[in-house]
Amino acid sequence: MLPDEKGHFGPYGGRFVPEALIAALDELDAHYRKAMADPEFTGEFERMLRDYAGTPSLLYDATRLSERVGGARILLKREDLNHTGAHKVRNVLGQALLTKRMGKPRVIAETGAGQHGVASATAAAYLDLECVVYMGEVDTQRQALNVARMRMLGATVIPVTVGSRTLKDAINEALRDWVTNVDSTHYLLGTAAGPHPFPAMVRDFVRGIGVEAREQCLALTGALPDAVAAAVGGGSNAIGVFHAFVPDADVRLYGFEAGGDGVETGRHAASITGGSHGVLHGARTFLLQDDDGQTIESHSISAGLDYPAVGPEHAWLHQQGRARYSPVTDAEAMEAFALLCRTEGIIPAIESAHALAGAIKVIPALREELGREPTVIVNLSGRGDKDMHTAGDYFGLFGAEDEVR
Amino acid sequence: MSVSVGYEKARAEGRAALVGYLPAGFPTVAEGIAAVNAMIESGVDVVEIGLPYSDPVMDGPVIQRATETALANGVRTRDVLATVEATSGHGVPVLVMTYWNPVEKYGVDAFARDLAAAGGAGLITPDLIPDEADEWLAASEAHQLDRVFLVSPSSTDERIAMTVAHCRGFVYATAVMGVTGARDSTSSAAPTLVERIKRVSGSLPVGVGLGVRSGAQAAEVGAFADGVIVGSALVSALADGGLPALRALTADLRAGLST
Repeated sequence: MLPDEKGHFGPYGGRFVPEALIAALDELDAHYRKAMADPEFTGEFERMLRDYAGTPSLLYDATRLSERVGGARILLKREDLNHTGAHKVRNVLGQALLTKRMGKPRVIAETGAGQHGVASATAAAYLDLECVVYMGEVDTQRQALNVARMRMLGATVIPVTVGSRTLKDAINEALRDWVTNVDSTHYLLGTAAGPHPFPAMVRDFVRGIGVEAREQCLALTGALPDAVAAAVGGGSNAIGVFHAFVPDADVRLYGFEAGGDGVETGRHAASITGGSHGVLHGARTFLLQDDDGQTIESHSISAGLDYPAVGPEHAWLHQQGRARYSPVTDAEAMEAFALLCRTEGIIPAIESAHALAGAIKVIPALREELGREPTVIVNLSGRGDKDMHTAGDYFGLFGAEDEVR
Repeated sequence: MSVSVGYEKARAEGRAALVGYLPAGFPTVAEGIAAVNAMIESGVDVVEIGLPYSDPVMDGPVIQRATETALANGVRTRDVLATVEATSGHGVPVLVMTYWNPVEKYGVDAFARDLAAAGGAGLITPDLIPDEADEWLAASEAHQLDRVFLVSPSSTDERIAMTVAHCRGFVYATAVMGVTGARDSTSSAAPTLVERIKRVSGSLPVGVGLGVRSGAQAAEVGAFADGVIVGSALVSALADGGLPALRALTADLRAGLST
């Protein structure tokens, strides 16, 4: 069972953090292990997921999409229908409930585009916790609506004005806050990355995605899927949908990283396929770095995938060959985005569009390998309302009036 | 030259050692070297040279800005080693303080080899705990380098004992919970932490970093610690007043310890 006691997934993971945080990480690890074995905690977590977040999310047989793509039966795991519009609500509810249990009155969170910040603010409002969200100044300007959402929910949003002023700097600033206020504060990290126990803990809070999808697929089709596809930024939605399938050797796991303008251009966020080994934000993993080990800024049309590293369990699944990781470009993702809108009337998050685009790319080879039509689960990790500004710019939807003939 | 040389010299004079930090390459490589040498001439006993890094999670705004400037001006890992080489011949031990990823990228053994060849005393590693340090423990043995790990007020007695057992040169006590930066008042937690470390550290010196910015504060800390570590205040002095201000502050800090 991975990780080991010290949080290692093979050579990956661990704790590369200041000693000042070790006591807090040990405390968190102890509380989390106890909580996961305590029916009172797991029962309350399940109740919140069901009654408040609206899970289990549907596994939807996307027949129109499947017909248009051809060659596969595509099932969409509809995490976009959850409260707050993404899989992230599972993680924030789990961590916020654990924060209450630890007796801490305050949570801090980092956010890129604002989705994890909104989810954290939501959970904090629901569970009566003080919430402070660090957000790169560049992102607060790009995502003013999400800043307003967080403030409406009672959170304090602090623009980060150092470094590159984006997600990675928001994480740095949250870590600085945490090391200063660790007695009263839990760091509600938004993805399955960071120092132990975060990768394992976040995975355990979101792994219901895969547990549900596995049961739903068996009920719907009478068999396990042939493949499961997910987008990988930090990696929480992907590890969430993968984890229950890891022991099922016949189920192929595909992780699709943000290829941006193309990995060969250097403007991408593909840590595994376009990065190298190193240490960032508390874990040994794959990351984007220069020859001196300085972090390189990532690029993606999807804010949720725009992160220069990846959770350590994905690094491990890659090294073991259990999951296969490959890049999907902005253009490929946006094509899939439009396809899902037009065939199923579902506007996906651009993150999720990467998963769909990647699945569409691998389907022909998979069909040939199996000699039959494969069943492919695509994790639709979030809804695309938040991305309409980006999509509007990309597809030229703003400004020009529809012509009347 | 081991950092213990600097501590022993101060001890022989009946005072705590002054440990001064400046980042390499700030504002440029040449000016950074001149600044370290000015600090040495003005009385520091031990030098820490910071390796500028893109994601300095332990640092407050002053050092963040300085290292950002250094990176923007193109400082490389090899320039840090060159800075060590250009400052280590003056009888004052020179350590490098670095986040872990640049060392891992350079190659842990290769970095240790080149640091030793440049005359460096060893490494201070703010985001590397002994639990994750197998490769560095081996490399520091092979190249006879000091290894300085950090302890904090939140460390358990077990962790303090384990960390101290892996330190060579001195133990770095971060006496306030928080990032680097000058503070108006010294922490009441510091003497307690030093006492907890001293119970298990034997003859290994204990250096305390907690935002000291004046000779008077240095004197307070020097009364209970073997070394007084000053970073942000020196960086501010250099940034705002150049070499004259840096020399003046270094001399003031040193005078605080000598009285």
